[in-house]
Amino acid sequence: MKTKLTGLALAGLMASNMFSGAYAADDTIKVGILHSLSGTMAISETTLKDAMLMLIDEQNKKGGLLGKKLEAVVVDPASDWPLFAEKARELIEVDKVSAVFGCWTSVSRKSVLPVFEELNSILFYPVQYEGEESQRNVFYTGAAPNQQAIPAVDYLMENEGVERWVLAGTDYVYPRTTNKILEAYLKAKGVAEEDIMINYTPFGHSDWQTIVSDIKAFGSAGKKTAVVSTINGDANVPFYKELGNQGIKAEDIPVVAFSVGEEELAGLDTGPLVGHLAAWNYFESADTDANAQFIDTWHAFIKDDKRVTNDPMEAHYIGFNMWVKAVEKAGTTDPDAVIDALVGVSVPNLTGGYSAMMPNHHITKPVLIGEIQADGQFETVWETSGLVPGDAWSDYLEGSKDLISDWRAPLSCGNFNTATGKCGGSGS
Amino acid sequence: MSLLRSLALVIGLLVVALGAGSVPAAAQNDTESLRPLINALADGKYKETEKQIGDLAATGNPVVAPALEALSDGDLYFRKSDKQVFITSKSGEGYALTDPLTLESAGEAGKREVSKIKVNNSLRRVIRSALGSLTLMAADPKVRKEAAEAVFKAKDPDAIEGLDTAIAKETNDEVRLVMEQARAAAVLNSDRSDGEKLEAVEVLSSMGNRDALSLLIGVRDSSTGDLQAAAATAVKRIEKTLALWDNAQNIWYGLSLGSVLLLAAIGLAITFGVMGVINMAHGEMVMIGAYVTFMVQEVIRNSAPGLFDYSLLIALPLAFLVSGAIGVGIERGIIRWLYGRPLETLLATWGLSLILQQAVRSLFGPTNREVGNPDWMSGAFEIGQMTVTYNRMWIIFFALAVFAGLMLVLKKTPFGLYTRAVTQNRRMAASMGIRTPWIDALTFGLGSGIAGIAGVALSQIDNVSPNLGQGYIIDSFMVVVFGGVGNLWGTLVGAMTLGVVNKFLEPYAGAVLGKIFVLVFIILFIQKRPRGLFALKGRAVEA
Repeated sequence: MKTKLTGLALAGLMASNMFSGAYAADDTIKVGILHSLSGTMAISETTLKDAMLMLIDEQNKKGGLLGKKLEAVVVDPASDWPLFAEKARELIEVDKVSAVFGCWTSVSRKSVLPVFEELNSILFYPVQYEGEESQRNVFYTGAAPNQQAIPAVDYLMENEGVERWVLAGTDYVYPRTTNKILEAYLKAKGVAEEDIMINYTPFGHSDWQTIVSDIKAFGSAGKKTAVVSTINGDANVPFYKELGNQGIKAEDIPVVAFSVGEEELAGLDTGPLVGHLAAWNYFESADTDANAQFIDTWHAFIKDDKRVTNDPMEAHYIGFNMWVKAVEKAGTTDPDAVIDALVGVSVPNLTGGYSAMMPNHHITKPVLIGEIQADGQFETVWETSGLVPGDAWSDYLEGSKDLISDWRAPLSCGNFNTATGKCGGSGS
Repeated sequence: MSLLRSLALVIGLLVVALGAGSVPAAAQNDTESLRPLINALADGKYKETEKQIGDLAATGNPVVAPALEALSDGDLYFRKSDKQVFITSKSGEGYALTDPLTLESAGEAGKREVSKIKVNNSLRRVIRSALGSLTLMAADPKVRKEAAEAVFKAKDPDAIEGLDTAIAKETNDEVRLVMEQARAAAVLNSDRSDGEKLEAVEVLSSMGNRDALSLLIGVRDSSTGDLQAAAATAVKRIEKTLALWDNAQNIWYGLSLGSVLLLAAIGLAITFGVMGVINMAHGEMVMIGAYVTFMVQEVIRNSAPGLFDYSLLIALPLAFLVSGAIGVGIERGIIRWLYGRPLETLLATWGLSLILQQAVRSLFGPTNREVGNPDWMSGAFEIGQMTVTYNRMWIIFFALAVFAGLMLVLKKTPFGLYTRAVTQNRRMAASMGIRTPWIDALTFGLGSGIAGIAGVALSQIDNVSPNLGQGYIIDSFMVVVFGGVGNLWGTLVGAMTLGVVNKFLEPYAGAVLGKIFVLVFIILFIQKRPRGLFALKGRAVEA
């Protein structure tokens, strides 16, 4: 390898091309997959690992990329946040991957950010998150708050006439920030302070009796009430079971969830939950040819036709295809070239439209509101008329509403303050 | 108004006709005349569907009720070829069709041949109130009561006339009461005179639950004069009684949480409390019990669906045996080499818990497994203004039964006697001819088996995932240490105390802070009483 590299350098290649030269010398292009396969997050992340392997497999069947085969490098960060950073470093430095697809929780993403910045690589992050971030090396293919939370609240306000709000979440950064944004948004819409109830619970909370009966009490003040749930992961199952048992019907107090997808419902008898809502950018029930094909491929790959598909899987589908397209456009896997090429790339999504990568490294997506059905699927009851561009910095928070992000030259800044005209203004 | 009255009359007549048993020819023609209205449902989106439901309800003909019910349940489909609407049920790959009016079978259709008529929450609400008005005079008092409850929720002023007719005819006191309450709700929502509304406030005030409160608050905030004063008094009265009931509810929730803690901790009270083994893999025994329940249900679903309601009873002994056997294996394989070395036991069992978790993850996959609730575990009933869910109630009884059973085993059987003898004075017991190693293994197996049984119960309220046990291990240790190591009664009282304290803290401090307060409280308590609530006394403890 070393002699080859020297040879290439002697051949008069520019120093900046040296790395891509090194990659070109290998006969495969490596793609890193950084998802927990053990520990608490394995429940959600293992599926994404499998989805990535499937996408890479499919791409290789189509002849690979730039005339080379793709090779997946899978590591297991074991739901341990510092380990995410170590494994990311290993992927980039030791395995020399061209791009990494991974992370689920915000804290794991925050933990790997410095690594990607330092080693100048590319991360595709597929999960809906709280926003307030835009990094040159990270591409956010999940929903920003304006692509999920805000449209969901709008739907409840307009179509269900909700006037009283319970914001219930797990106690960590995503629900706290999302609820801060939602609270500011609701107040801006004229909802009074006493009509908003905010409640946080620990991770894995399993005793929901008090909270569900509090919600019931809060809902009996003569105004239509809804619950906006940012309850994460495992805690959802006991929460919905308690709702069902205490007889809270979706017709009376609907719950709209941002972290409950087909996968979470798979462990649950959804009969009593029919009509409760979720806001995503993709549902397995989406009636398009692309989606039907995706589901068939998935079932064939995982060899189990009961496995469901979900929104973060679609985000990886979009992200991976964007990366493929950008690499083809740039003609190299060199990170700088690909990062520049990615902005503006547009690929089909699974709901019948095209998603484009924006200068702030977020993508455009449709927003769908679905109602839970008895078979564990969602039925889309409302969708945005067009695509919604992801907004990294919320317009409803102090300190973030003046910020914009644009990674194109000449601005090249993730948090440009339009009030002061400086990059790296306030922001969190 | 006169239209409505005649409608009510039609309903009345129809009910009489239906009640008589045979459907006269005229009514049959009537039924056929409804078909275009039903088939209209095949067209249009939510807005149109809402209007079509209104049209159907306006016929006042109870014959349309099954179709509306099916629509609400998402079982109403239309055939794409001729836009005929049918009630469907799954059969094989396709659907079995039922005529929505005559309720006779209408053949089958493939998955792609029919298309579902979509409903959303607001449509379901519309259907609910329409069905309510349509079935107010059904033959079955249960149906009439449900209808009245639906009308109550809809508080539709147009329903008052229908309710009046129904109330006049009603013979069942309980149903009549609900109808009167529904009428009161509708009156308050109408433009009737203040005098009538005052009467309605009176009715709701004596109803005294949250639904009534919700309505009365609305009246209080939107009216003037006497009516407002009456509503305000009623609201105050209801709030006062509800506050009392809230305390009862909190105690119940506390006992329920306590029973879950007791179940999780009681196995540990034996392995840790009686034997002194710090078993970090205790939670995984609970998890394995839950997975046994899952497998039992899986087998039942595939081969004997009729037994589903008994699945938990079948799972109980199996979970005990499986977890118990694994427990004996662990004791024989690992723990017996580490007696007297608590730190090493802790690390070894901690490692073991990770291995067990990952093993289950590899075997069953990382995702949650669905464990269904049998019918007798679902739903709730009301005591006064307090909601009691069946699953929680059974778990409380079950936890107490397990506790009593364990007490019996330890106090009344030879095995219990040996166990107590070995833990109190191992050498003396050995000298008396007790095979102490086997007693150790069996006692550990008993503790693990009980954990497995707990898993069966916890599968009803929590996720069945490889992480299930982790959530309970800390709480279990807390309960055992708080209650007093080595004392089963301590575990019982400790679990119930922690449960109730937690539930009284939660409304004020929130779930997160509540947990922290409880932890701080236990730490302080242990400072004062290092041996917990019920300390064992005697030389054995000092050794």
